[in-house]
Amino acid sequence: MGDLWEVFVRPKRGLAHVHVGSIHATDAAMALRNARDVYTRRQEGVSLWVVPSAEITASSPDEQDSFFDPAADKAYRHPTFYEVPDGLHI
Amino acid sequence: MGYPRVVSTFDDLIAANERVEPRDEMPDAYRATLVRQIAQHAHSEIIGMQPEGNWLTRAPSLRRKAILLAKVQDEAGHGLYLYAAAETLGVSRDELLDALHAGKQKYSSIFNYPTLTWADIGAIGWLVDGAAIVNQVPLCRCSYGPYARAMVRVCKEESFHQRQGFELLHTLSHGTEAQHAMAQDAVDRWWWPSLMMFGPPDDASTHTGQSMAWGIKRFSNDTLRQRFVDMTVPQAEALGLTLPDPELRWNEERSSWDFGEIDFTELFEVVKGNGPCNAQRLAHRVRAHEEGAWVREAASAYAEKRAAREVA
Ligand SMILES: [Fe+2]
Ligand SMILES: [Fe+2]
Repeated sequence: MGDLWEVFVRPKRGLAHVHVGSIHATDAAMALRNARDVYTRRQEGVSLWVVPSAEITASSPDEQDSFFDPAADKAYRHPTFYEVPDGLHI
Repeated sequence: MGYPRVVSTFDDLIAANERVEPRDEMPDAYRATLVRQIAQHAHSEIIGMQPEGNWLTRAPSLRRKAILLAKVQDEAGHGLYLYAAAETLGVSRDELLDALHAGKQKYSSIFNYPTLTWADIGAIGWLVDGAAIVNQVPLCRCSYGPYARAMVRVCKEESFHQRQGFELLHTLSHGTEAQHAMAQDAVDRWWWPSLMMFGPPDDASTHTGQSMAWGIKRFSNDTLRQRFVDMTVPQAEALGLTLPDPELRWNEERSSWDFGEIDFTELFEVVKGNGPCNAQRLAHRVRAHEEGAWVREAASAYAEKRAAREVA
């Protein structure tokens, strides 16, 4: 029944919302209620997001190499790329 | 390309003990096996509400009633986590429910036994949920990400299920003579079916090899069954109850408990549909689904009306 919604829970203040699964609902209000009943029966969260699954644009796993490769040859983005004298805290 | 390419094929992922995620390429047979297993698991959670729901209105105290309600509600939640995991494989919950209602997909045979007394609620929590935990803990490391993550949530909740059952039986076992006898009778009836929950013995299990190679299954049926027996024997002692197996004895060499032979012909009969409650369980599920149709229709109609109003 209804469309599929993805559910995100903020476990506690200071943490980001994390994807926990999906639920079915005919509208956003029902999606929130269902998400509460299914995913937070033991105070697992202080805040909920529900997003229609169809609204999510995802990168394709088929292009994982080409899509994420631009980062692979840029070791200079990491601090370990750089040589500093021994014994210095930098 | 001047730099190393990192394309992870299905085989690479499995070999590296990495998780497979919904949009990864995977063999059709892997997908089909997962759909079958996750659907059967989801159906078991949903049908599993019936034997216990049967005692909700007859719980002996408000405390016990609140606990049982929470447990049965958890089982509904487990079913929903699992249907959601199955849906990431490209099937819809509706079609899985249709398959259950048409008898084309199965659920665990354990739920085809009746709950005759209040002590059965204790025996189910202690033994049936206990066996389910032994089965499910390794599934938290299953190769398919959404299934593994659903199992993590399920396992967290199961330990409450088992402990409330243990406590219930402990109370009965240390109560009046009649209460003790009721607890013993429940254990007598649930022990062997619980052992059968681990499935046929390894040499007769058709899917085990491939499922282990795919990282869906981590241990064989007999390994998990033995683990359950070893865990349960000392608990039975603490309860002051006897497990109905005269051949149960400690094997020093194996550091494990030997146990008697399981009558698998009974399991196969129940699987075939000839258990005490098969017809009743399925009929009840279908009736609940049909009687709930108006709620689904009303919710859809309401959503459509609201959406139309927003457009206007
Ligand atoms: Fe469960
Ligand atoms: Fe449970």
